[in-house]
Amino acid sequence: MKNRIEVGKPVGIEVSIAQSEVVAQCDVDVIAAYPITPQTHIVEHLAEIVADGDLDAAFIPVESEHSAMSACVGSSAVGARTFTATCSQGLALMHEILYIASGLRLPIVMSCVNRALSAPINIWGDQSDIMAERDTGWVQIFTENGQEVVDQTICAFRIAEDRRVMLPVIVNLDGFSMSHVIEPIRFYDTKQVRGFVGVYQPPLRLDPAQPMMFGPVGIPEIYTEAKKANDVALIESRQVIEEVWAAFAREFGNAYRALETYRTDDAEYLLLTVGGMSETASVAIDALREQGVKVGQVKLRLWRPFPHDDLAALLGKARGVFVFDRCLSTAGPGGPVASEVKTSLYNLRERPLVVGFIGGLGGRDVTVQQFADMVHKGIGYVAAGAAPVYEMVGVRE
Amino acid sequence: MNETGYGIFAARMLPKDEPFVQGHRACQGCIPALMLRQITKAIGRDLIVCSATGCMEIISSPYPFNAWGVPWIHVAFENAAAVASGVEEGIEVLRRKGRFYTGRKPAVLALGGDGGTMDIGLQALSGALERGTDFVYVCYDNEAYMNTGIQRSSGTPMGASTSTSPAGRVSTGQVTWKKNLAEIGVAHNIPYVATACPSYPFDLMAKVKKAVEVKGPALLHVFAPCPTGWRCDANSGIKLGRLAVESGLFPLFEVVDGQHKISLDPATMRKSSQDPIGEIAGYLFQQGRFRHLKGRDELIQAIQERVRLEWQKLKAKTER
Amino acid sequence: MKTKLNPTWRELELGCTVVEAGTSAEYKTGDWRSFYPKTDEDKCIACGVCYLFCPDHSRHIAPRKKKVEGAMYTHYFDFNFQFCKGCGICAAECPTGAIVMIEEGKK
Repeated sequence: MKNRIEVGKPVGIEVSIAQSEVVAQCDVDVIAAYPITPQTHIVEHLAEIVADGDLDAAFIPVESEHSAMSACVGSSAVGARTFTATCSQGLALMHEILYIASGLRLPIVMSCVNRALSAPINIWGDQSDIMAERDTGWVQIFTENGQEVVDQTICAFRIAEDRRVMLPVIVNLDGFSMSHVIEPIRFYDTKQVRGFVGVYQPPLRLDPAQPMMFGPVGIPEIYTEAKKANDVALIESRQVIEEVWAAFAREFGNAYRALETYRTDDAEYLLLTVGGMSETASVAIDALREQGVKVGQVKLRLWRPFPHDDLAALLGKARGVFVFDRCLSTAGPGGPVASEVKTSLYNLRERPLVVGFIGGLGGRDVTVQQFADMVHKGIGYVAAGAAPVYEMVGVRE
Repeated sequence: MNETGYGIFAARMLPKDEPFVQGHRACQGCIPALMLRQITKAIGRDLIVCSATGCMEIISSPYPFNAWGVPWIHVAFENAAAVASGVEEGIEVLRRKGRFYTGRKPAVLALGGDGGTMDIGLQALSGALERGTDFVYVCYDNEAYMNTGIQRSSGTPMGASTSTSPAGRVSTGQVTWKKNLAEIGVAHNIPYVATACPSYPFDLMAKVKKAVEVKGPALLHVFAPCPTGWRCDANSGIKLGRLAVESGLFPLFEVVDGQHKISLDPATMRKSSQDPIGEIAGYLFQQGRFRHLKGRDELIQAIQERVRLEWQKLKAKTER
Repeated sequence: MKTKLNPTWRELELGCTVVEAGTSAEYKTGDWRSFYPKTDEDKCIACGVCYLFCPDHSRHIAPRKKKVEGAMYTHYFDFNFQFCKGCGICAAECPTGAIVMIEEGKK
């Protein structure tokens, strides 16, 4: 395949288009997808690439997201490299099959263009959709800009299809504020990308020459063992993820970590963010540093497998950790990320006060000033030695 | 050689291979299990099966006892047709790229019960039929959710008592008519639709072969008695299938490229011109699920009328 | 069967896949039976209807020849009691009434 886009230097391109271009570079065999805002540009553009003959793949225009994921399970089970994209209600409709894709150990790669969940219906960005799929057994990676989307999509295929992993992977990007934005993105040579991801060779497949049974009834005598095997595989995928990121850095230059840090060296307070709003938060960190506030930023890239130990090591010494969630766990223990961060820190002998903030719901903007306010408020709670379960940002009282 | 594709109707001439294996855990006298035997005999081992959740899924796959001699996948209840789409398209693209399945293309068979097909799986089925997936969808219709304990489905016939349409002091059981699955298939303009019943094994096997050979989607609606759920003797499944076909309750026909053709005209099989109510009653009252209809002649008359009407509609389609 | 009945989680195949086909043959359903079929060889015409309609294919083709009333019959269908669940379809469908169902333990 020739390069459809100039390689080696940044080109201005919509992030959705960029992701579909890189999916094509990875030589996927099957794309099964159903349209949902704001995922549409990704699958539309993939359909165009296939229609132009630039990618030899089957584009299955299914009648629902449930069938999209079901068809993906089918095509992956015959050994085809498989991609889909969705978000929000579509992801929720897939919910049942997400567990089965990971349970059958099928290395499907999915783009999730994070969007709010109804009701009320809302097509704009937040992370409610993916947080509801936390326990589905998929590797879940977050990105904060278009370049990361491109890079993590390439990595996702290699991670998923590694014989030691064999698990599906979700690459998350923010709806609209990332998916529909034109950004400068550097592409890589198609041959080099294909060399990096390789040709998928499944360890098991549906083959009449070697008939096997995929998805037997997991009677009580086997169900626990099956779940344990999957859990260990997901935990141990961390090692492979690190290897793939290191290989990617060697091959293409950009380096990635499970937790990215910004100005954390002497920080007494840490602001933890996930996804595209991290960049806005970084601007707030700069402003606060100029005011002399010893605050740094931790950006969570890897949601599953959750980097508990890294978090404990990185956050444990701080006086206060302020977690920003774009999802509400209704009447629960705060935002989902804050809850997990608290869990990671709880067993430490000395631990920081964790303050949860929830905002940016359903496409509501969060400003630099609001991030700065969160830090100031958080510092106040640390001084007082107590904080509410969570605090909602920017809500009209 | 006649049009069924078999020269002689003799059991010993059938393929001896049994790709559906002994030791499955279907109830005594299970006709859906017999159907699987007949279908896999007809297709052979160049086959991939995508099964919906249901009786035939659980009885053939409790770990580690695999009752299949062919590759088999179960994903969920409502999506066998969608899984089959992915399997078929995946095979096609790997063949095109020369990576796998480079010999003969295996047949792709999706399996669902009446609930998995006519209720929860209808959308996925419609999608796969409309997209032109090159596969065979077989609905084994035992007229209720037998796997979960005989709850009514849209395949349950009028008057049948099930655990969610129970006959009671003020109820006569199921109050709706059975969904016409075959005509739903026909409405998709697919190349092959047929009804069949394991009581007519050579007819069923010939239809399965045709369905596999056709390029594009094929839908088979198979009437498959369930002694457990129908509250009848374990040995009566074959007989009940025959009675349903002969009484016109479940006509055997096929629709090739939109053209209807009756496989078996019940009129030619009746030994005498019995009272119409008597004909239906002969079928109904061998089953406990219809026991409460005794003395409810109006309802039996209505069922008989419906059978006659449906038969006339079908007949008219063959004469176009 | 190579597949273990109660494996440890490490021993499980990827995705709990059963990589062996036809392992159900090791699960003998014959002990579900309370009635067993018995064939009167004199009445049997080796038509194979019992074989055709057995949901458990507990019949197998057994080639042997026999002359009944001047006609030569081949390919008899013997019972496999390891799998026969005793549903009685064979007895109900036998066109010559050669098969009868008898309670287990009786002759």
